[in-house]
Amino acid sequence: MKAGIVVFPGINRERDMAIALHASTGRAPAMLWHKNADLTGLDLVVIPGGFSYGDYLRCGAMAAQSPAMAAIRAHVARGGYLLGVCNGFQILTEAGLLPGALLRNAGLRFLSMDCHLRVERADTAFTNGYRAGEVFRAPMAHGDGNYFADDATLDRLEGENLVALRYATAEGVVTPEANFNGAARNIAGILSPSLRVMGLMPHPEDLVDPLMGGTDGKPLFDALAALEVA
Amino acid sequence: MAQQVNEALAKQFGLSADEYGRVLAIMGRTPSFTELGVFSVMWSEHCSYKSSRVWLKTLPTKAPWVIHGPGENAGVVDIGDGLAAVFKIESHNHPSFIEPYSGAATGVGGILRDVFTMGARPVANLNALRFGDPKLAVTKRVVDGVVRGIGGYGNCVGVPTVGGEVNFHPAYNGNPLVNAMTVGIADRNKIFLSAAAGIGNPVVYVGSKTGRDGIHGATMASTSFEKDSEEKRPTVQIGDPFVEKLLIEACLELMATDAIIAIQDMGAAGLTSSSVEMAGKGDVGIELDLDHLPQRETEMTAYEMMLSESQERMLMVLRPDRQEMARAIFAKWDLDFAVIGHLTDTGHIVVKHNGVVEADIPLAPLADQAPLYHRPTSETPKRTALGAVADSVGIRAALLSLLACPDLASRAWIWDQYDSTIGGQTVKRPGAADAAIVRLDGYTRALALTTDCTPRYCQADPELGGMQAVVEAWRNITATGGKPLAITDNMNFANPEKPEIMGQFAAAIRGMAAACVALDFPVVSGNVSLYNETQGQPILPTPAIGGLGVLEDAAQAVGQAIAPGQTLVLVGETVGWLGQSLWLREIAGREEGPPPPIDLADERRNGDFVRGQILSGAVRACHDVSDGGLLIAVAEMALAGNTGVTLNATGDHGFWFGEDQGRYVLAVTDAAAVLAAAAAAGVPAAAIGIAQGEGLTLPGIDPISLTEAREANERFFPAWMN
Repeated sequence: MKAGIVVFPGINRERDMAIALHASTGRAPAMLWHKNADLTGLDLVVIPGGFSYGDYLRCGAMAAQSPAMAAIRAHVARGGYLLGVCNGFQILTEAGLLPGALLRNAGLRFLSMDCHLRVERADTAFTNGYRAGEVFRAPMAHGDGNYFADDATLDRLEGENLVALRYATAEGVVTPEANFNGAARNIAGILSPSLRVMGLMPHPEDLVDPLMGGTDGKPLFDALAALEVA
Repeated sequence: MAQQVNEALAKQFGLSADEYGRVLAIMGRTPSFTELGVFSVMWSEHCSYKSSRVWLKTLPTKAPWVIHGPGENAGVVDIGDGLAAVFKIESHNHPSFIEPYSGAATGVGGILRDVFTMGARPVANLNALRFGDPKLAVTKRVVDGVVRGIGGYGNCVGVPTVGGEVNFHPAYNGNPLVNAMTVGIADRNKIFLSAAAGIGNPVVYVGSKTGRDGIHGATMASTSFEKDSEEKRPTVQIGDPFVEKLLIEACLELMATDAIIAIQDMGAAGLTSSSVEMAGKGDVGIELDLDHLPQRETEMTAYEMMLSESQERMLMVLRPDRQEMARAIFAKWDLDFAVIGHLTDTGHIVVKHNGVVEADIPLAPLADQAPLYHRPTSETPKRTALGAVADSVGIRAALLSLLACPDLASRAWIWDQYDSTIGGQTVKRPGAADAAIVRLDGYTRALALTTDCTPRYCQADPELGGMQAVVEAWRNITATGGKPLAITDNMNFANPEKPEIMGQFAAAIRGMAAACVALDFPVVSGNVSLYNETQGQPILPTPAIGGLGVLEDAAQAVGQAIAPGQTLVLVGETVGWLGQSLWLREIAGREEGPPPPIDLADERRNGDFVRGQILSGAVRACHDVSDGGLLIAVAEMALAGNTGVTLNATGDHGFWFGEDQGRYVLAVTDAAAVLAAAAAAGVPAAAIGIAQGEGLTLPGIDPISLTEAREANERFFPAWMN
């Protein structure tokens, strides 16, 4: 599996992502500066977290208009896998590669804490390291992670089974208390209809080492290590 | 700017009549407006340390592992594996009161630059914060803004904020303290310094453009606040963490080449101090042509450009043959890159603008003849002994009150706004251990990091308080298993022109120095912030200490969380010292008596024993006993591990809440072995209880459930701020 990480200016979790991918795939992913990102031959492209262009406009809005997005769209069009985490998720919604938007957290403050995620479907390239209904822990670190879409879109996402992860209690119950940022229907991560694009707000890449408090995030990267674009 | 330069204008600029006379003697003529500006900021308290230098010189700064002590942008210590830790703490007190968000944010930005300018990638941020009475609306506004500012900058720039401390006291009502610390990692053989060299070499400006923000910030930071502090808002700078992130990456990319001869960030006093210090340290002259300076605003004068404290800017001297390669790196990162001058053999700083020489100052006397004051000191009178204090509320009520008080309440509301996990190396997050533990990417080695000071001790006895601040940092590192290596100090005091304040400063330095020597824990960098008083109300003397230690194996680090079945062992001697304790202040409503004494030999012996036990694998959790005393330490361990404790020791309020120094609580599985080892080492130790059950159980007292204790501990911040 060949992975590449696209780095926009202000992206800052690219090294965390590289560590997680390296640990699961056995090789260092390509680090691709947005100005000359060549995605040829990659199975997986990742847009990691951070504050692209400072997020001084809506989060992710500037990067979504960047020339590098053309190559990323082409990668998806030819069947490549694409993962957007945190700011990467925001960029994918701004670019229209995933529906909805990420609003300011309901409490209007940046939130840095662990959350629990319930795996809503485990038959995708991103989630098949988990069982459906399984709960795993992941750090979150964002000011704008409150997933929003209109009811029709939310109904369609649920109807087409495209919700990948929901905020839940450690026991796997979806409650308002477990939904720290106020996301619509507790949505933490969603999939494209092709199941080849996933966006999520939390950071499984920061929980892949027992010394850092656990390996809950590792199955996600182990699963990705196994994928190959047909 | 056709203002006439004279003694009256110099006074407005913060120079005394005597200092202005010295300027005239050096120049041999009336200085220009720009020249007066340069002298005034270089000779400000903030840049010249004119009141504190004589005392700072007495601090121990050497150890075999110290690579660079005070005098560089940050301190540098050898941490093994060919690596060096580069670290420093710095204040942004005055700006943070005027404009809390931006003041705190730029404080973080400034200290980050001090560290990466030496070639280190920043891996951790910490802070030390003091605020006024929580009952005041202004305190709430300042806390909210400062926390948002620290998070806003640190989270965006992508450096984890892993630790810190927060105290409240009315003495900080009009003058909060915001001290920010950054730790970076570099190749120990590739440290970048600021001494310029090579006549004719280009002087290069990189980073953000220069605007009119922050002009005379260093001078503002060198005076007390009066009622007009709001009007000083224009002197507060605005930070741009996005540009800082780009600047870090661009500088580190350039530092991987051989292009840089010298580099310094533009911090306090901006282009003036960076150019003067780089040329001065290198014993060369420097000529700047401000026509080439990247500018954000039009019609800026030479004076404004030289004194602007616009953020996210660096000054470098490059090898001429590497100039274009360097330019390409900064173009890649979309940052300004401008050759704004060159080094000369004149020994002068010459500043040109629009073809006119706006300043021409000899560098040697600007530095050598900078004012140096032996200000009068008076000793703080010793506090009289406290005597017996009756326990009016009982142990149970006191515990719940203390757990809930602003100085001991859970800080989770604050930490939860700081990204503490970015980088993927945070082994112990805020609150998990006495010091934050950050592993070094690609190594098993880890850093143990802490910030500490107990200002109420310093107020009662500055010498003992200075000593205690150093000891507490050493103890917090020790309690994780870390080997303490060195400290950075942030000396926050009031008006040094008052003998009692200068006396506090001198005494604190004495106490710190004694502790540094006894514990092999030298000072390698620091910052002095004076004139911390508003309308005559001085702050408590606050020598905040940032401590750095190292663990060879991150897996050996222990935190505070206990687990069922472990035995709690108290290490150290307990006499029940209530003078200046939190119990006395919060329960009895008195801030009296002398603070607890410190025996440095005992500290060393007890701490070395504890660290040895941790590294031998005998200890599952450890917490030092500090604010609030023994029962607070035990309660914090119980809450961290979500496990109750049955205590079998008995004692009065002095025993449970006294703040005797040199103590630790260890959670162990083989108590007999640990107690035997303690006896062999001559260390006082006793088993005091067992980790088990759902609550805290003490002989003769109704059990306190963990739920009740947690509710008390977690109430304050959310109730206050939300």
